[in-house]
Amino acid sequence: MSRLALGLSALVAALFVTALAVGPAPLGIWHGLQALIAGGDGPEVLVMREIRLPRALLGLMIGGALGLAGAAMQGYLRNPLADPGLIGVSGSAALGAVLALQTGLAATVALGLPLAALGGALLGVGLVLALAGPRGSSLTLILAGIAISALAAALTSLVLNLSPNPFAANEIVFWMMGSLADRSMTHVAIAAPLILLGGVMLGSLGRGLDALTLGEDAAEAMGVNLTRLRLVLIFGTAAVVGAATAVAGAIGFVGLVVPHLLRPLVGARPGRLLWASAFGGAAMLLAADIAVRVILPARDLKLGVVTALVGAPLFLHLIYRTRQEGL
Amino acid sequence: MTLLALQDFAVTRRGRDILRNVSLSVGTGELVGIIGPNGAGKTTLMRAALGLIDSAGHSSLAALSARERGREVAWMPQQREIAWPVDVQTLVTLGRTPHLSPGQRPKPEDQAAVDRALDRMDLLSFRDRTATRLSGGEQARVLIARALAQETPLLMADEPIAGLDPAHQIATMKIFGALASEGKSVMVSLHDLGLAARHCTRLIVLDQGGLVADGAPQEVLTAARVRETFAINAFVQDTPDGLIFQPLDVVT
Repeated sequence: MSRLALGLSALVAALFVTALAVGPAPLGIWHGLQALIAGGDGPEVLVMREIRLPRALLGLMIGGALGLAGAAMQGYLRNPLADPGLIGVSGSAALGAVLALQTGLAATVALGLPLAALGGALLGVGLVLALAGPRGSSLTLILAGIAISALAAALTSLVLNLSPNPFAANEIVFWMMGSLADRSMTHVAIAAPLILLGGVMLGSLGRGLDALTLGEDAAEAMGVNLTRLRLVLIFGTAAVVGAATAVAGAIGFVGLVVPHLLRPLVGARPGRLLWASAFGGAAMLLAADIAVRVILPARDLKLGVVTALVGAPLFLHLIYRTRQEGL
Repeated sequence: MTLLALQDFAVTRRGRDILRNVSLSVGTGELVGIIGPNGAGKTTLMRAALGLIDSAGHSSLAALSARERGREVAWMPQQREIAWPVDVQTLVTLGRTPHLSPGQRPKPEDQAAVDRALDRMDLLSFRDRTATRLSGGEQARVLIARALAQETPLLMADEPIAGLDPAHQIATMKIFGALASEGKSVMVSLHDLGLAARHCTRLIVLDQGGLVADGAPQEVLTAARVRETFAINAFVQDTPDGLIFQPLDVVT
C-alpha cells in the first residue's frame, strides 16, 4: 500500500513538473522552473506564473477531484460503473455555463461563466435532494440524478437549438468539450476552496464506505449513519464536480476509469480507493493535458475529447477483464 | 442482565400491521430461535428491534445511539452482500468498525478478535482468499465470522445457516450455543425446526405478526402448535440425545 502511495505521488509529481515544462513558448525546464520560483520581471516569469502554473494546478486539482468523487460514488452505490456525473451536478453546471455563454453574461461580467456554472450546480444538487429526499435509498438518488441530468441536457440542447448566431453555438459546443487552456490564477482561486472543502468531505467517508461493502443494513447496524453519509457524499460531490465543471467544462471518464483501474491495487477496499483515486485522477488529467499540448499543439485539441478517447477503450477493456473474472 | 427488551412493540408499514403487540426480553446465556412461516414477521422483528426500521412501542436497542448499539449487538442480515472483491481478513475486520474511533487503525486487540472469529468459523486458511470468489456457503461463514468479530453481548442473525452444508449448519449452531454458554446471547431466525429443537435454549414462534409462543423447545414445539402455525404434522420426541423434531407431512 505504501509502495502504491509512493508510486502514485511520484507519478503525479513528475507529471506536474512536465506540465509546467510543456507549452508553445520555447522555455527550458530548468530555466522555466527557475523563473517560476525565483520570480523577476522577464517574460518567462509571466509565462510560468500566469499561464503554465494555473493550468498545471487546475489539472492537479480537477483530476484529483474527479477521481476522488468517482471512487466515493462507486463506493456508496456499490457499483463500479457509477460516475460522479450520475447525480446530475455536471449536467446542471454545464447548463449554467451554457446559459452564461448564450446570454452574453460570460463576456460582459467578470467570471460570469464559472459563477453561472456554480449556480447551475447548486440548483441541480438542490433539485436532486428535493427529489430524492434527505433520507432514502441509493436507488432514489440515482433516479433523481438521472432525471436532473436528462433535464439539464435537454435544456442545454434547447439553448443550442434556439441560438441565434452560429458563433455562440460554436463557443458553447467547444466549451462543453472541456479544456484547461487559457485559465488564470483567478480560476484556481474560484475552484480551489470548493475542491478542498468537497475533498475533505469525501475523504472523511472512508470508514462508512468500507462498512457499506456489507450492505446498507449491516453498515447501519455497525454504527454508520447512512443519512449523514449520503448528505456528505452529495454535497462533497457537488462541491468538487461543480467547481471542476465551472472552470474546466465537462471532462468525462476520469471519475469512471480511474477508480476502476486502481481498485485491484488497493485490495478493492473502498476507503483506500478514495485517496488512491485522487492521485490517479490527478495523474490522468495532467497526462491528458500534456498530451493535448504535445500531439496537436496548433489545433487546440480539447481535454475532454482526449480523456474520452483514452477512457472509453480503456473502460471497455476493463469491462472485458471484469467479465472474464466473473465478477 | 437484559440484553434486549421489547415492550408493546409494533411495526406498521403502508397501513398494514406487520408486527403487533410483541413483548419479550432476552437475558444473558440464551440461544433464542425465532421461528414461524414465511411472512410471519421474523426479519421485521429483528430489524425493528435494532432500530433499522420505524416502530411503535419500546425497544432497548433502538433507543441506543448508533455507535453504542454497534457495541451492544451484532447484526447479520439475511441478504448476504459482499460488494467488492476484498479478502476475507479485510471483510471480517469490518466487524471491528464500532470499536474504532474515526480515523483509527485496527489495534492488536482488534486483530485478536478477528483471529478468534476466523478460528471459530474454521476459516483461518481462508484469510487471504478473495471473499467474492468463495462459494455461497463459505461466504455465509465469512459473514458470520464478521458478526462474531464484533464481539458484542448479543448477536442477531437472520437465517445464518440457510445454504450451509449439514456439518457446518450443526457446527454453526454449536458455536452459537458456545457463545451462549460463555454468557453472551444469540438470536437467530431459522426454518430448520429440527436444528432449532436440538440447539436453541428458547424458541419464539411468530405467526401473522403476532407472538404466539415463547419458551423452551419442549414446551413450544408441540404437535398441536406445529399443526396450527406451520400446517405440518411432525414427529416430536424427547430423547437422551435431545429433542428430535422431524416434519412428516403437510396438513391438508
